[in-house]
Amino acid sequence: MEVIAIFAPLFGFLLAGLFGKGLTDKGSQFITCLCVIAAAVISCSMFFDVVLDGHTRIVDLVSWITVGEFTVNWALRFDQLSVIMMCVITVVSSCVHVYSIGYMSHDACKSRFMAYLSLFTFAMLMLVTADNLLQLFFGWEGVGLASYLLIGFWNHKDSANAASMKAFIVNRVGDFGLALGIMATFVVFGSIEFETIFAHAADMADVSFEFWGGSYHALTVIGLLLFMGAVGKSAQLGLHVWLPDAMEGPTPVSALIHAATMVTAGVFLVARFSPLYEYAPIALQTVCIFGGITAFVAATIGMTQFDIKRVIAYSTMSQLGYMFFALGVSAYGAAMFHLVTHAFFKALLFLGAGSVIHAMSDEQDMRNMGGIWKKIPTTYVLMWIGSLALAGVPFFAGYYSKDIILESAWADGSWFGSMAFWLGIAAAFMTAFYSWRLIIMTFHGKPRAEEKVMAHIHESPAVMLVPLFVLAFGALFSGKLLYDGFVGSAHHGSAVATHAGDTETHADVSLKEMEKSLHGAESASHDDAHNADHDDAHTQDEDAHHDDVAADDGHAASHGDAHAGPQFWADSLVVLPENDTVEAAHSVPLWVKKLPIVVGGVGILFAYIVYMWSSGLAKFFTTVFRPLYLLFFNKWYFDEIYNALFTRSAFVFGKIFSIMDKKLVDGLGPDGLSKLSLRVAAVLSRAQSGFLFHYAFIMIVAAVAILSWFVLIRPELF
Amino acid sequence: MSFDIASLTLILPELFMASAGLLLVVFGAFLGNKSLASISWVSFWVFLAAIFMVLAADWSPVTIMNDMLILDGFGAGFKIMVLAGMMASVLLSLNFVITQDGLGRFEYPILMLLAGLGMLIMIMSNNLLTVYMGLELQSLSLYVLAALQTKSLKSSEAGIKYFVLGALASGMFLFGTSFVYGYTGSIEFQAIGSSVTALASGEAQALPAGFILGMVFVLIAIVFKISAAPFHMWTPDVYQGAPTSVTAFFALVPKVAAIALLIRLLHVPFAAAVDEWQQIIWFVSAASMIVGAFAALVQDNIKRLLAYSSIGHMGYALIGIVLATSYGLEAVVAYLVIYMFMTAGTFAVILMMRKEDVPVTSIRDLAGLSSYQPAMAYALAILMFSMAGIPPLAGFFGKLYIFKAAIEADFVILAVLGVLTSVVAAYYYLRIIKVMFFDEVANEEIVFVKSKSLRVLTWGSLVFVVGFILMPSPVLDFAQSVISGLLG
Repeated sequence: MEVIAIFAPLFGFLLAGLFGKGLTDKGSQFITCLCVIAAAVISCSMFFDVVLDGHTRIVDLVSWITVGEFTVNWALRFDQLSVIMMCVITVVSSCVHVYSIGYMSHDACKSRFMAYLSLFTFAMLMLVTADNLLQLFFGWEGVGLASYLLIGFWNHKDSANAASMKAFIVNRVGDFGLALGIMATFVVFGSIEFETIFAHAADMADVSFEFWGGSYHALTVIGLLLFMGAVGKSAQLGLHVWLPDAMEGPTPVSALIHAATMVTAGVFLVARFSPLYEYAPIALQTVCIFGGITAFVAATIGMTQFDIKRVIAYSTMSQLGYMFFALGVSAYGAAMFHLVTHAFFKALLFLGAGSVIHAMSDEQDMRNMGGIWKKIPTTYVLMWIGSLALAGVPFFAGYYSKDIILESAWADGSWFGSMAFWLGIAAAFMTAFYSWRLIIMTFHGKPRAEEKVMAHIHESPAVMLVPLFVLAFGALFSGKLLYDGFVGSAHHGSAVATHAGDTETHADVSLKEMEKSLHGAESASHDDAHNADHDDAHTQDEDAHHDDVAADDGHAASHGDAHAGPQFWADSLVVLPENDTVEAAHSVPLWVKKLPIVVGGVGILFAYIVYMWSSGLAKFFTTVFRPLYLLFFNKWYFDEIYNALFTRSAFVFGKIFSIMDKKLVDGLGPDGLSKLSLRVAAVLSRAQSGFLFHYAFIMIVAAVAILSWFVLIRPELF
Repeated sequence: MSFDIASLTLILPELFMASAGLLLVVFGAFLGNKSLASISWVSFWVFLAAIFMVLAADWSPVTIMNDMLILDGFGAGFKIMVLAGMMASVLLSLNFVITQDGLGRFEYPILMLLAGLGMLIMIMSNNLLTVYMGLELQSLSLYVLAALQTKSLKSSEAGIKYFVLGALASGMFLFGTSFVYGYTGSIEFQAIGSSVTALASGEAQALPAGFILGMVFVLIAIVFKISAAPFHMWTPDVYQGAPTSVTAFFALVPKVAAIALLIRLLHVPFAAAVDEWQQIIWFVSAASMIVGAFAALVQDNIKRLLAYSSIGHMGYALIGIVLATSYGLEAVVAYLVIYMFMTAGTFAVILMMRKEDVPVTSIRDLAGLSSYQPAMAYALAILMFSMAGIPPLAGFFGKLYIFKAAIEADFVILAVLGVLTSVVAAYYYLRIIKVMFFDEVANEEIVFVKSKSLRVLTWGSLVFVVGFILMPSPVLDFAQSVISGLLG
């Protein structure tokens, strides 16, 4: 059953990819959608089984590589972390698949597009269910490939080709780090199986690498190398330059790959390796600093861009920054929480933007939009929902996840935690600002588009809107529903209440949860046998809690249980007791809790003032703060700096090598030898003169030569 | 001196062929050229009958006619190869001789019959004078065949060149024979062999210079017949000038008989001079491989190209002879069998091709063949791949056995040279494929004549070339039994 969830998209890819022509466009669209939706249904049913009931398992498929001590199996690891990722991936992917039917209706290569989307989904599922680093790497590269293919999907556009290559090449830098990290892991642990690595992480806390005369803390090195991979894939500052360009791909691609799923692979990687990062505080600190700065820088750029998709792309980068600094302060649950909510509202925003672009006849520049909200009201409302969630307005999904991240950062108490907090607050203000800047410029004001375009504006068909509703539902409620499970809480109701939802199944689940809580340690060891030892402390702790809980009314079974982590996440995330910032986050001062809402509100207000009520103000700001504006508008000059530093020197090196190859290697090797061969051939055919006496002469000369040879070696005989 | 009438039964195949030849001359003289087809078929059946006679005979070694001839398993095996090659040559010529102006003469199959008889005598001779007789019978028939198309200047030129140079080689052979006789006191193989052994282990502990001189000249004459460099000069001109069916015959059969004779000479009379003759054959082998690989690079005429190709192939076969090991000689036999199949198939395809009723000889005429005659293009491509020695085709295994034997006998330089030259040679084989598959069709398309015999040969050789990898043992067993017939 669970295997179907992973391989159904592959099946869809193969069918649509190989037999796309025979199936016709309709056929491939139907099959790929069917496969992905089937995967989504199975994944969601597994959510109850694995996450809520704790039936984690590993499904062995086949042995892959066995070389000496090095063994790798194809195995699927279904634990809380991977199943949550599976749900996000398959649900968003299903929405995007269906949406694409409408969005790509004018495209000539529909089945190819659907096949690529399915390929991506499969690779992403392989990535999150990997049981070892090599399989993870397989999925990691698979999503990279799919991303490359989809960014360059419109291969008649030079800019799309350039963007796809840029994405691929920049990601190579990160992947290089990841590959090194995998090798380092093997060197240290003698295995790349997660099970083995995590079980021995604590023992390896004091091991160091001897390298080039220096001695380095092994886990820190591994952590930093893995993070390098994450930086590339998740577009953190430094290796982020590919993400904005990736918007050259069709908008559904941007929604699925470059907002909701692939770019969060880095977050997943760090969360997956939480047992290891917990013993590498320097690596965590680095993650935190990178995340904080990325959140801030990306937000500043987002405020100044005019391309509707680029604004959302920078917003994605900024939100990924949030997730990373949450990881950096050990708030893995919070990061994953934001990952899930973000997947919903960012996919919604992208698909909404796609709907706008579709309506505006492929116009992406916000300066050419405006005044269209009455013509596409549904899209307008959906964009509002997405923006409200993004800006962290209370009771929308982003509010819960962003707040817990900021609170955790504050609660960490370290200098980098506080730095990340303040950078995050500043970014929250800017997020709200650019979100409403986008809404106002796109939908309000005077129409700036040509009349022909304006006349053609129409609401998207149902096939595009229904997926948007699904995502909007997630953007509205996922925060509230998942809050307790993901980050546990003492003041937001109980975990059980959350899951209780409104159906019978939910109630059943909550009953089980209750039982589990009541039986304490007993049930803990029952559902998580292999987890028991390292969570002993937690379980003991829980026991104490559960005792009072049992007295409480059953509906609030986990009420007061600050250690929701171990329950919901079980051993898929590991947090050392002294690092448990998520728990601490629940007891931060009130102003820390309220500040994000306040700055968000101010940001929205500010956007209204600048872009709606006082139209001259925007110009005023750009002239007064011209240097700052130019810095933001030109994306902090990253592309220019990289061009000067790397691209140009790479070209110079390339030229030198190409000359060496052509002149030296080819000249002496293939070209030189073939020239020599032809020269020999010419000499030989010149000897073949056609004259009889020449031939006879050569025969005699050869006979004499052979005899002379014997005279030479046996002079005594003659 | 004794003459035993019973010994005549032992040379039944040769007697049968000789009398059949004489009868057919009379037959032809009365019926004229229109009897060509029937005479061809009769000679075909004569060859087949001769094969059965050889098979039926006792293969245990015996010398007859005052030790002039020797009958053994080695000779019998090579006779079968030669006779099978003759049959293929007749099939190759059937259609061609009739359609070509001035070639359709009844002497054609009879000359082939006599040439075949000469080759059989070469193979079973045990005496330098018998060798000479066989050599001359064979050569004179071949000279005439080359010049048979009297209306063609090229054909006459080829005949004359072949004749003059062949005469020079024959002179060298006789010159060498006189020296060998002078220093060993005999022209009979076993007697020469024991004299040479005595000389080599005598007081001087070395062979006299006069004997070496004689041996060099004898060997040069034989090497000339197998067209090994640097005594190959006649080959390209004769192959190009002679009618194509005659070229196919030249490429297919005489070399096999000459190699059989060479092996016997080296291992019976000159066995004790192994150190000396190894140097000669080493040089000839290396030179042949180099010439065969390089000179063909710039050829545009298919027949000329195949001439150089055959020079190269003889170079590879000679590697196996240089080694002087039984494994090397087995590899030579296997190589020759494979070579004969590939050559027969290739010439069968070439002989089918006509452009405006003229036989195709230029490689450029093959341009785009795959687009309108895919089956023939693929057939020729497979044969070329096999000639180039590309696995898994038979040509690869032929080379593999030779090189393997060379490495085992510590002749690494020859093996390396062989591999390098086959890389160079691959160029011109692949070029034919490239022209057929990737070039634009030239103005006029090639027409393939409908000839059952040529088709049978083509497909037969393809089946062998492709299927060899599945069942190599018949060829290898045959090679082993042939060589054990000589070395015991």
